Amino acid sequence: MKSKSSWGRNFFIGLMLLFMYAPIIIMIIYSFNASKTMANWGGFSLKWYEALFSDRDIMAALEVTVTVAVLSSITATFIGTAAAIGIHSMKRRWRNAMMYCSNIPVINPDIVTGVSLMFAFSLLAVPQGYTRLLLAHITFNIPYVILSVMPRLRQTSNSLYEAALDLGAKPSVALRKVILPQIMPGVISGAILAFTLSIDDFVISFFSQQGAQNLSIYIYSLARRGINPKINALSALMFVTVMSLLLTVNFLGGKSSPEARKKRAQKKEARIARKAGTFVMEEN
Amino acid sequence: MKRKYFAIPYAVWMLVLIIAPMILIMMYAFTGQADGAFTLDNIKEALNPVYMKVLLRSLELAVISTVICLFLGYPIAYFLSRMPARRAAILSMLFIVPMWMNFLLRTYAWMNILDTNGLINQLLVALDLGRVKLMNTQGAVVVGMVYNYLPFMILPIYNILQKMPKESIEAAQDLGSTDRQVFTKVVFPLSIPGVISGITMVFIPTITTFAISRLLGGSQFMLYGDLIENQFLSVGQANGGWHVGAALSFIMMVLVFICMAIANHFDKGEENGGTMI
Repeated sequence: MKSKSSWGRNFFIGLMLLFMYAPIIIMIIYSFNASKTMANWGGFSLKWYEALFSDRDIMAALEVTVTVAVLSSITATFIGTAAAIGIHSMKRRWRNAMMYCSNIPVINPDIVTGVSLMFAFSLLAVPQGYTRLLLAHITFNIPYVILSVMPRLRQTSNSLYEAALDLGAKPSVALRKVILPQIMPGVISGAILAFTLSIDDFVISFFSQQGAQNLSIYIYSLARRGINPKINALSALMFVTVMSLLLTVNFLGGKSSPEARKKRAQKKEARIARKAGTFVMEEN
Repeated sequence: MKRKYFAIPYAVWMLVLIIAPMILIMMYAFTGQADGAFTLDNIKEALNPVYMKVLLRSLELAVISTVICLFLGYPIAYFLSRMPARRAAILSMLFIVPMWMNFLLRTYAWMNILDTNGLINQLLVALDLGRVKLMNTQGAVVVGMVYNYLPFMILPIYNILQKMPKESIEAAQDLGSTDRQVFTKVVFPLSIPGVISGITMVFIPTITTFAISRLLGGSQFMLYGDLIENQFLSVGQANGGWHVGAALSFIMMVLVFICMAIANHFDKGEENGGTMI
């Protein structure tokens, strides 16, 4: 059974991966095409990359996208992590109510979120452009941070925290040295998720900003006029950046067998326990 | 300081930028442009036959795309879940990587392939088969949607299949089930929560997308999202576009909450966000 069908399986998976990557690879190839039209291959050239880097509008849009992604994901991670800790310690009824409201932007179609933020920003007279864009991105990022921290919080045992308190730690210290290290993986994956959602977003940015141009909005206005080789060059660069970032993260964090991971987890627990012991001495 | 107070900054933020804006949509949807009094005119306008036709077309495209995603995504998730852990981890990662690029760039990538001078047409011309119109068709929009949202179908199904206890499959085999029966009676029923969250994660963005239809479907191919965009950007605030646009958004919201209610009905076990990436 296994050997008979595994060829078919691999073929199917390979075909699907081709479907996912062919458009990207074709785009990368065309980004080196000297000819402006795709109809003919004018030889290898880097001129679209030059054109890209000397295009002030694209560079400005790229800067907006990257700074908004960095600022919004950091802010959302702080607010979201604090909120998750707070919500987790609430009584069931309040917790459910908070989570229900928090999930509104996750469930709602982006277009509705974008429109609703547009209304709110114009009512509150928030300055148009960058400020609105940043606030919008923080708003839709926080719920995702909470969603990725929450499961970690549920896994943390309260006994370590209570042990720390019993040993005389202040709640704030116990929180920082016991709870925070335990939920850290969730916080980090929340931050990464927020960053990528921010880079990826188009619809909410489009409706909420009024005046600021990020990459998505700029490409939208450009691509409506047809194919532009500069966009190919930009895509190629974005893809290579993302790919190398991911590979680095994976290489640093993931080069391990299950046993090694288990060992690491045990070490970590031991470290937490040690910390729980030592800070009490520091305190006294 | 009690720990629950940590949620205060977010509670304030949520009140101002999540809950109040939702109320604002309803206010705009149910009040008149001129006097601000309660009216159902905007809703009536939003439900006129022309707009309803657009809504039906959007629903049709969303259903087609979701079904295709399911039929491609389920086998992918299933095969991945049966692979050795390390290989499955790498391959599932490979399916997600394109999602990290910008959504507009992913959609734009298909323009290179489907354009009149694009890759497919060049191949056809080289083979002397003549050009085919691929851009600005319904098919192009569906391809764009499937391409953009397929990973959202794969991930939740993969997550649930991967966590499925091997014992339940082995038990069925020990009791004499054929492979087919194991799948239809054990594996598939147990994976339904994943399927449901995959369907909602694909269906909801596909009804409301407007960039994909605009870039790959051309301007004559209107979907519900384009309709909303049109009210805000072309009709504008001065001509009541905000009110009708709010009514359209409100209808969209109601539709989505109905979908979610149906999904939740099928999927009671899962805690919120349990299948998120």
